[in-house]
Amino acid sequence: MTTRDRILARIRRAVPAPAPDEATPEAALAAIPRDYLRVHDATWTPARTADLLAANLTEYRAKVHRTDEAGLPPLLARLLSGSRTVLIPPALPPHWLSGTSATLVPDQESSNAHDLDGVDSTVTGCALAIAETGTIVLDGGPDQGRRRITLIPDHHVCVVRVPSQVVDSVPQALERLDPTRPLTWISGPSATSDIELDRVEGVHGPRTLDVILLGAQ
Amino acid sequence: MTRTDLGMPAFPPAAPFPPGATFPPGATSQAFPAFPEAAKEAVRDDVLRANLRRATHTIRDKRARAVTELADWDRLRAAGKAVKDHTLRHLDHYLLQLEAAVTAAGGTVHWAADAEEANRIVTALVLATGEREVVKVKSMATQETGLNEALEAAGIAAYETDLAELIVQLGHDRPSHILVPAIHRNRDEIRDIFRTEMAGWGRPAPEDLGDDPRELAEAARLHLREKFLRAKVAVSGANFMVAETGTMVVLESEGNGRMCLTLPDTLISVVGIEKVVPTFRDLEIFLQTLPRSSTAERMNPYTTMWTGTADGDGPSAFHLVLLDNGRTDTLADETGRQALRCIRCSACLNVCPVYERAGGHAYGSVYPGPIGAILSPQLRGTGSDIDATLPYASTLCGACYEVCPVAIDIPEVLVHLRERVAQGGPVTRAGIRVRLRPAHGHTAERAAMRAARLLLDRPGALRTAERLLARARRLRPRRLPGPGRAWTDTRTLPDLPAEPFRDWWLRERGTRP
Ligand code: SF4
Repeated sequence: MTTRDRILARIRRAVPAPAPDEATPEAALAAIPRDYLRVHDATWTPARTADLLAANLTEYRAKVHRTDEAGLPPLLARLLSGSRTVLIPPALPPHWLSGTSATLVPDQESSNAHDLDGVDSTVTGCALAIAETGTIVLDGGPDQGRRRITLIPDHHVCVVRVPSQVVDSVPQALERLDPTRPLTWISGPSATSDIELDRVEGVHGPRTLDVILLGAQ
Repeated sequence: MTRTDLGMPAFPPAAPFPPGATFPPGATSQAFPAFPEAAKEAVRDDVLRANLRRATHTIRDKRARAVTELADWDRLRAAGKAVKDHTLRHLDHYLLQLEAAVTAAGGTVHWAADAEEANRIVTALVLATGEREVVKVKSMATQETGLNEALEAAGIAAYETDLAELIVQLGHDRPSHILVPAIHRNRDEIRDIFRTEMAGWGRPAPEDLGDDPRELAEAARLHLREKFLRAKVAVSGANFMVAETGTMVVLESEGNGRMCLTLPDTLISVVGIEKVVPTFRDLEIFLQTLPRSSTAERMNPYTTMWTGTADGDGPSAFHLVLLDNGRTDTLADETGRQALRCIRCSACLNVCPVYERAGGHAYGSVYPGPIGAILSPQLRGTGSDIDATLPYASTLCGACYEVCPVAIDIPEVLVHLRERVAQGGPVTRAGIRVRLRPAHGHTAERAAMRAARLLLDRPGALRTAERLLARARRLRPRRLPGPGRAWTDTRTLPDLPAEPFRDWWLRERGTRP
């Protein structure tokens, strides 16, 4: 008997055997009441949702900026003015970085963690952002790239399209995400409270997180 | 195969119990002292107590605010409970579904009946890569199995990368809290540990390292960075596993999790079988309740979700080790199985008056506080002094139940386990149903009295406990037969006999409480 069989047999002995007329697991799961809220305030307008996202991101020490398409390249140029090198995912819209004087480093399959460690900043889009929790979610799409590029450099600039990429709540976010893709949920820069509960921002991930809300102003 | 290890390497192996054997509590003497003895030391330690008090009160107040923000908290809590109960009811179904989904996504699934088997599997997987070091993300499951010691015995160095776990590891210490495992250490102690120990493990701490948390975190960042960048193998746990899709979920704050889950070539996740949830959608409940209950945040800084392996992004080999280690035995107990709903948020620790005074180490396992008091004796059995006395490490005040995001009725399970210790009864150990013999009267009674003394050492704690006990009246006080009867005869103090206690106090202290 394999361990797998043994564990499964123990489980079957531990719980009552399913009655013949018992609902299938799927049907029983569907019958569980889910009367919690899909959104915590149904009166939200897209503008208020964006404000809430900005407020929650700010509370967790991300730096939030707002601009429109025309204002994006100069804003990025300003945010990257202290960076010598900028790591970019495969399909970032080229005009975004048209005003930036830093050296652009395309992410390559062959580049290892040590190579990326020397890069100052990274710029990406996102899959979506969640207003209620102040979260941006990356799914490895072409404007976001591999997970490591938003992890190793010390500065991450993330562009969120408003309102199309902003959802109100966690339930709405999960509906729109594809679980087969690698997902990274980011709510502010990394932090620790392990030493006497004093919050310290920036341990291993990027210590600076700039979020740009891109939309009509 | 009979030993259920919960990560206290100081434990000698428990006596094996053949089929049909009975386990009188206290019959096997183990190295870890019973809860009251272990707690006594902590109560005497003023620094530890002050740290704990500050920590638990801070987190508890913040949690209350984070929870109040959600008008539907009770409904989320009820749904979380229902989904977890449903999953446990059909655990075989969901584990098989999970196995199929992980395999289809390019991962490999292994099954481990106990700690030893899990450690053997992980050790073999690491050795097969040819590597001799691994980086680790904080994982209760591998602490439970004592994986680091097993790897070390095989010549593999395991580096903890969570800041608190690093402090614990470098300090040759044990974690004392689920969420903030080094909460018993002050900043100057941490600085001293970093100064003396870091060099032996890799990049040394700066000569002039001060005790500012920022400086200490920076020292840890630099120390660990070289390990992350060169690591080829990582070991993790997981907060959730989605049966439908094979998706693994890890919540964290520091980014060490992302480093371990993303950069190495091989990722090995050791996860308790109860961590499975049916569908991706079910995460909408727990991703709202866990961060708020745990760190009192709307969302923790980083959450990583991965499904098998992804081309060119992240590890090219993924192994999932599904761990039983006493969980199916716990599942066999109708009252006790609710402990398997636990999502390890640690909210119950932060509201517990006994934990606040006793500290995490007194619980003798990686699971401290109220959840530890019901989980450890079930996973390990009540055969040792510590496990037989853990169900008494509580005033039954009910605060833990109130805050639990999956509504585990911890007092109910405690009463049930006390009954089992005092009265004996059927239990399942290593998949076999056996009868537990009742404890000798004095053993159980002594345990209760010592627990009482611990709690009642200070009048302030007594008042708090009495006030809280008043709220616990909804608990049907059960009568324990034999030696236990004396304690259950009084209704307001289900575990503390008023008269005998006062007599005892007078005898011990010569004053009125
Ligand atoms: S028992 Fe409940 S409150 Fe305690 S750690 Fe588990 S989920 Fe959290």
